[in-house]
Amino acid sequence: MSAPRLAIEALSAISLRDGNRPILRRVSLTVDTGEVHGLVGESGAGKSTIAKAILGIIPSQVKVTDGRIGFEGRDLLALSPRDLRAVLGRDIALVPQDPSTALNPSRRIDAQMTDGLRLKRGLSAKQARLRAGALLEEVQIRDPERVLDSYPHQLSGGMRQRVLIAAAFGLEPKLVIADEPTTALDVTVQKQILRLIRSLQERHGTSVLFVSHDFGVVAKICDRLTVLYMGKVMEQGSTADVLAAPRHPYTKALLAANPRYDRPDTGLEPTPPEVIAALRAEIAAFDASVMGCRDG
Amino acid sequence: MRDPKVVCAGGFILLLIVVAIAAPLVAPKDPLAQNLLMATTPPAGFPGAEPGSLLGTDGLGRDVLSRVIFGARVSLTVAFVAAGLACLIGSLLGLLAGFLGELVDALISRLVDVWMAFPPVLLSILLIAVIGTGLHSVIAAIVVIDWTRFCRVVRTETKSQAQMDYVVAARTIGFSRPAILFREILPNIVPVLIALLTLEMGIAVVVEAILSFVGLSVSSDTPTWGGMIAEGRQIVHEAWWVLAVPLVALFATVVAFNQLGDGLARSLDPVLRR
Repeated sequence: MSAPRLAIEALSAISLRDGNRPILRRVSLTVDTGEVHGLVGESGAGKSTIAKAILGIIPSQVKVTDGRIGFEGRDLLALSPRDLRAVLGRDIALVPQDPSTALNPSRRIDAQMTDGLRLKRGLSAKQARLRAGALLEEVQIRDPERVLDSYPHQLSGGMRQRVLIAAAFGLEPKLVIADEPTTALDVTVQKQILRLIRSLQERHGTSVLFVSHDFGVVAKICDRLTVLYMGKVMEQGSTADVLAAPRHPYTKALLAANPRYDRPDTGLEPTPPEVIAALRAEIAAFDASVMGCRDG
Repeated sequence: MRDPKVVCAGGFILLLIVVAIAAPLVAPKDPLAQNLLMATTPPAGFPGAEPGSLLGTDGLGRDVLSRVIFGARVSLTVAFVAAGLACLIGSLLGLLAGFLGELVDALISRLVDVWMAFPPVLLSILLIAVIGTGLHSVIAAIVVIDWTRFCRVVRTETKSQAQMDYVVAARTIGFSRPAILFREILPNIVPVLIALLTLEMGIAVVVEAILSFVGLSVSSDTPTWGGMIAEGRQIVHEAWWVLAVPLVALFATVVAFNQLGDGLARSLDPVLRR
């Protein structure tokens, strides 16, 4: 197998605002060419911080203390802002979480989609418009011309997410970061969007880092996955293996917490306290041994 | 754009602009020609009216209608130039402060705070005392005082826009900072800016009238609404129209600017436009 497309190595980060509390604890993961890699964890586990670190949009109160983000042999963390800007949009693109806020309300879809195509793919205004129309057709939008001439508020949530997916994949990046792309959508639309991402990804051979808190979603789309808790990798492996035989107690607890339609009485219990206690002890031991931090 | 507010107010302003530009053609008489024999003749329809003077004459027998028409030139010049410059300077500084943040923001914001703590009337009189009276001083006084208004609003708007997801999304496509500022952020501020600009035009018209009322604006041989109001005030018991006509013109213009600003803010915002 060739070198992975994205290789995060021992990425560590702290929150400057919160008494230097660790946010990421030596996270390592790889995304191979043409692979969909799930990044799963509850809120606050550090999933978004990883996505933001890749995209160079880490908030100012978070500081990366260690590690590297290898992309095509270069460390994204070490790139100058100018070099990073050249990579972003051309090789790496984002499908954002909330389609209702990720599109600029005062610009038409046309303008927003063609911006990237013109800047990053060097198309003329006319070519970009044609390309944008074709892209919208690819995400199964029936009347692309009307959508291109619309403002975001004139489209439904699912439609907007399709536009965002079309815009991201339209740049023909090598890696797409999908940051909870279905969380803000209702379940029926979720399914279509997942199928869409998967088919585009397969057709273009794109690697996808799929950030989600929902095992049900991850199970549908991901080849491999990484389970994160308090910024530490708990378990990593192929989706089928992890779901069929989770090794870590936290993964087991997370899986058990998923509601099941066949047994409505199960699945709503909170994570057992002994699991949480064991997790905290594990994290504390890790901090003491590897990071040399005071316990938080 | 079919908002009746915009159509009415905009139509009035447009008419005013046309009349002001074409003043020498439109005005029935020379606004400076005195005729003491014809002094304080009332407007048409009142006893003692003269057929040549539709809105009567003032204490020196000058035609009030012609003077109001020529006075519109000064008012509108000040409205557009002063408000435009204040908007330009204030918005640029506000955009920079809101977008760059940190040190630039701190410097500009403190400057605005200090600036606004200065009494505006004192500041404008001081300024005119230094650079002399005249149209340019009036404009300078308005710009110097009111740029802060734009700066504050634009800074706040820019700051809140900069945190929006679509701005973050634009950063992840690798857009440069100027591109983000002018393509993503600015279009969302424009409706507010236009509303503010139109309101400022109304304010500028009033400030010019105040300054010419106290004789600090253009020299008295140029007719201005403020100057006419000052003259009319002295003879209001014999000739009320000398005061009333420019007052109505001033009032109508300011109302029109305010309504236009309100209407435009609505019709330019794609979300509200629905």
